[in-house]
Amino acid sequence: MKEQLLNIKEEAKKVLDAAKTAQELEDARVRFLGKKGELTAVLRGMGQLSAEERPVIGQIANEVRGEIETLIETKKASVGQQERMAKLAAEKIDVTMAGKVPQMGKRHPLTSVLDEIKEIFIGMGFSIAEGPEVELDYYNFEALNIPKDHPARDTQDSFYITENVVLRSQTSPVQVRVMEKQKPPIRIIAPGRVYRSDAVDATHSPVFHQIEGLVVDKGITMADLKGTLETFLKTLYGPEAKIRLRPHHFPFTEPSAEVDVSCFVCGGKGCRVCKGEGFIEILGAGMVHPKVLERCGIDPNVYSGFAFGLGLERVVMRRMNIDDLRLFYDNDLRFLKQF
Amino acid sequence: MKIPMSWLSDYTDISGISPEEYNHALTMTGSKVEGIENIGDSVQNVVTAKIMSVEKHPDADKLKVCQVDTGKEQLQIITGADNVKPGQIVPVALDGAILPGGVKIKNGKLRGLPSYGMMCSYEEIGMTKEDFPDAEYGILILDENLPLGKDIREVFGLNENIVEFEITSNRPDCLSVIGLARETAVTFGRPFSVKAPEVKGAGDDISNYIKISVNDTDLCPRYSAKVIKNVKIGPSPKWMVDRLKASGIRSINNIVDITNYVLLEYGQPMHAFDLNYVSGNEIIVRRAKDGEEIVSLDGETRKLDSSMLMICDAKNPSCIAGVMGGEHSEVTEETKTILFESANFFGTSVRRTAQKLGLRTESSARYEKGLDANNTIPALLRACELVELLGAGEVVDGMIDIDHSDKTERRIAFDPAKINAFLGCDVKEEDMVKSLTALGFKVEKDEVIVPSFRADVEGFADVAEEVVRIFGYDKIPSTLMRSETVSAVKTPKQMAEDKVRDILTACGMYEIITYSFTNPNLFDKLLIDKDSTLRNVVKISNPLGEENSIMRTTALSSMMETLARNANFKADKARLFELAKIYLPVEGEQLPNEEQEITLGMFGACDFFDLKGIVEALLLGMNVGKVRFVPLTDDPTFHPGRAAELYIGNEKAGVLGQIHPAVCDNYDISGEVYAAQISFEAVFGGAASEKQYQPLPKYPAVVRDLAILVDEAVLAAEVEEIIKKKAKNLFAGLTLFDVYQGKQVPEGKKSMAYSLTLQSDEKTLTDEDTTGAVQEILEALKSKLGAELR
Repeated sequence: MKEQLLNIKEEAKKVLDAAKTAQELEDARVRFLGKKGELTAVLRGMGQLSAEERPVIGQIANEVRGEIETLIETKKASVGQQERMAKLAAEKIDVTMAGKVPQMGKRHPLTSVLDEIKEIFIGMGFSIAEGPEVELDYYNFEALNIPKDHPARDTQDSFYITENVVLRSQTSPVQVRVMEKQKPPIRIIAPGRVYRSDAVDATHSPVFHQIEGLVVDKGITMADLKGTLETFLKTLYGPEAKIRLRPHHFPFTEPSAEVDVSCFVCGGKGCRVCKGEGFIEILGAGMVHPKVLERCGIDPNVYSGFAFGLGLERVVMRRMNIDDLRLFYDNDLRFLKQF
Repeated sequence: MKIPMSWLSDYTDISGISPEEYNHALTMTGSKVEGIENIGDSVQNVVTAKIMSVEKHPDADKLKVCQVDTGKEQLQIITGADNVKPGQIVPVALDGAILPGGVKIKNGKLRGLPSYGMMCSYEEIGMTKEDFPDAEYGILILDENLPLGKDIREVFGLNENIVEFEITSNRPDCLSVIGLARETAVTFGRPFSVKAPEVKGAGDDISNYIKISVNDTDLCPRYSAKVIKNVKIGPSPKWMVDRLKASGIRSINNIVDITNYVLLEYGQPMHAFDLNYVSGNEIIVRRAKDGEEIVSLDGETRKLDSSMLMICDAKNPSCIAGVMGGEHSEVTEETKTILFESANFFGTSVRRTAQKLGLRTESSARYEKGLDANNTIPALLRACELVELLGAGEVVDGMIDIDHSDKTERRIAFDPAKINAFLGCDVKEEDMVKSLTALGFKVEKDEVIVPSFRADVEGFADVAEEVVRIFGYDKIPSTLMRSETVSAVKTPKQMAEDKVRDILTACGMYEIITYSFTNPNLFDKLLIDKDSTLRNVVKISNPLGEENSIMRTTALSSMMETLARNANFKADKARLFELAKIYLPVEGEQLPNEEQEITLGMFGACDFFDLKGIVEALLLGMNVGKVRFVPLTDDPTFHPGRAAELYIGNEKAGVLGQIHPAVCDNYDISGEVYAAQISFEAVFGGAASEKQYQPLPKYPAVVRDLAILVDEAVLAAEVEEIIKKKAKNLFAGLTLFDVYQGKQVPEGKKSMAYSLTLQSDEKTLTDEDTTGAVQEILEALKSKLGAELR
């Protein structure tokens, strides 16, 4: 009987050595250790043994069982490892193939850049003000020191609804509306659509966007205007950007300035984009005209302020190298998907 | 405003200043230079040469072989011109010469013979018939006394730098050579002086010739005039013609040229009347009578009205004050006696008249900005001085000067410390005084006296600007405001706008921006009812065109146009949105309500539920509760069976659905198009302010499937409402996972399969709990909708 047991052990060793899959291992377990297995069959004959032999054979049988079980466990681990490796090898893919991009849309480039500009000014303590696009002539012109028959009205050919109602030709009327409602300190920007009677071409549109800025408080200086614009433009265009103020005339600011930023193509050396000047005109600005303050009930002897206005389309065109303004309003997906 | 630089040097010193320096410096003190053009740049390497011999070309009948002497060398040049003869001096373009239009001249061969350059006509060197009225066709024959080899630019004074300025509307004084010479002098710290004109006079007396009265002194503060007799009309000298031409004014004759020359030099419009055609030897400055007419210099008959100021003779209007002269009293070849007018007119009136007549002139453009009444006499005397200089006539003694202009000096407090505080600069008081004085201001103790030609300087801020523009904008330091912290956050509405964009882009939608004015035919294209309130619009009175003539009351048309355009560009699908303003007129109000509409539009690989899903995602993301979708069957813009109205609470907040094929036809789109219009204000108003935490469930959920059979007309919304209501507080979720019609389902019925999740926050649900709840639901469905369990 002892011999039978040892034979079983040897046979099991052989079978298990040859086993390569989890299934073969299981088959071997059933064959040798199962309820109807070889070892069980041998043990059934234990009853015929003498009382002395029984514990001896029993111990051998247990040892054989233990050894086979250990063998199976050991083998199982290595077979599992091999099987997993084979599976991983079979699962190999070409990781250079295109990913499955989720369907995402995008903001219009005018909105994205405007968002950026808003964030810059919010960071500088500016709030965002709004005003109507269909506006009273009073706010669009008269309160801004541009009475009827003023020659400055020529430079802004406006769309009229009635004699007193106009599509605002600038965002500056928001200045007046804010100053009428709110006492200093005031620090706002007012982005929005404006309208001018210009025929459509690569650089003109009858509808475009401006961003107005207004600061009113005690002791506001022209140097503050320069510093604010410098901070803004350096944040927008990068720390290398330089700004240049040139004298100009706007009826609602005095002194007034046109503000140029160093050409970001050539960095100020002069190139085709800046027409050799090294600078590109980017916005208009100035100290709020005392008459405008007065008309809004703010005493110009106590308070002073500055205002500025820039064209959003122009900023975005410069920034993204877009050469035709019409692209913004055509909304061609091939254009919109680029930003 | 264009002027040749040499003209400036009559009044100041510009020696040693390069065009680039000049451009930059003047721009930085406020007289923006648009560009400096050297008129000679387009003609290079063209010199005078003498024709030594002319022979026929042996192999060509029409060509001639000439030997010319440039003073340096003898050259053979072949020409096709007929008018060449030995001994003539002609312009010759040498090898490598450049002619206007970028034409380059090179040595070459003509019919076998070498030709070393080209003889030129006046056109080939950029001149016109007006420059050489007597020149014959062919090569330009020059003065025989000219030296050989002289650069043609020097011969014709083409070596001139012409500066083009952009003058702002507040500075009419700079629409003149003198004004710009003053700015130039101040900019470079150079001397500036205007010599008073000297008129010798020829005796006689103006009162023998003309009587002048000004009836409407409100529109004509000053009228000054002198008479010239024995006028000899003729051409102007070359220097005058050249200067006028450089400034863009064509030479007419000596008298007209003098008025234009003075206009440019002094900025004072002048007019010359032929006194022979001034009826009654009388001039009356008065408003026109309604119905009066005048034939202006351009030959047009102009209808006048009583708002327009006229210079009239005893009978008729003779000149439109400040705008244009009349044909009747125009200076002609036969003119013998003239009246020079140098007047000051009220700018607004000139502007209105010019606008009404559609006639903007050099003169009206200056008057409308407000001119200096003290400039009439210097300009008038300058004109007379030029008459004597040119020998164009004899200046009659005496002058008429009817002056009602305001002579009050404008005085402004001068406070250097306040100016510096306002500018944030540190300009020395003496520098301020120096700049102001050079600009023509007088500084007396603590007051600045403004010169009469600077009507734009009205107060403290204007004086500060004068100081700082000469000091230099580039020297202003950069500082940031020192003031108490101002809070800066977006308003809840502004944040909601951002969020709408965030959600929609995350849903795969691209933002578009379209014009807010549109075509009134959009209502018909969208098949909107004739009596719809949407057709009540804000109309633009002077639109660019019909297609942009109304402010939109719906943004759907812009969306449809954009979808159509993209379909046209062969896009296979589009997912678009706009946060669009619409403009809704309000009865009794001047201004409309400006509201925002969220417009969604899509085509290609999508159906109604893709659109609805995005709308639901938007509402969910915006935290809007109490949302209902109700079938919309009678909106002509939409498919009658695939559209819904969106309700937020009890308020109608929008529509969504498939666009009616008839509407698609109107926009030339084929295939299914889906669109939604949702009120931003409704979404913003319906959004719960903040989300509150719900405790996580402690007990497991139970999922039961319910398959029911109902009439096909029954709406999912009806079924779901009953289930929700009956499941009470055990309700934890409901998904419709199958709708089926066909085999095994009776005609007119449909099968709906729901997966219902039940959960209690008090205990683990037992079988009896769930079965009981489901039983209750099924009974309600049966009694209310006739639903059978399948």
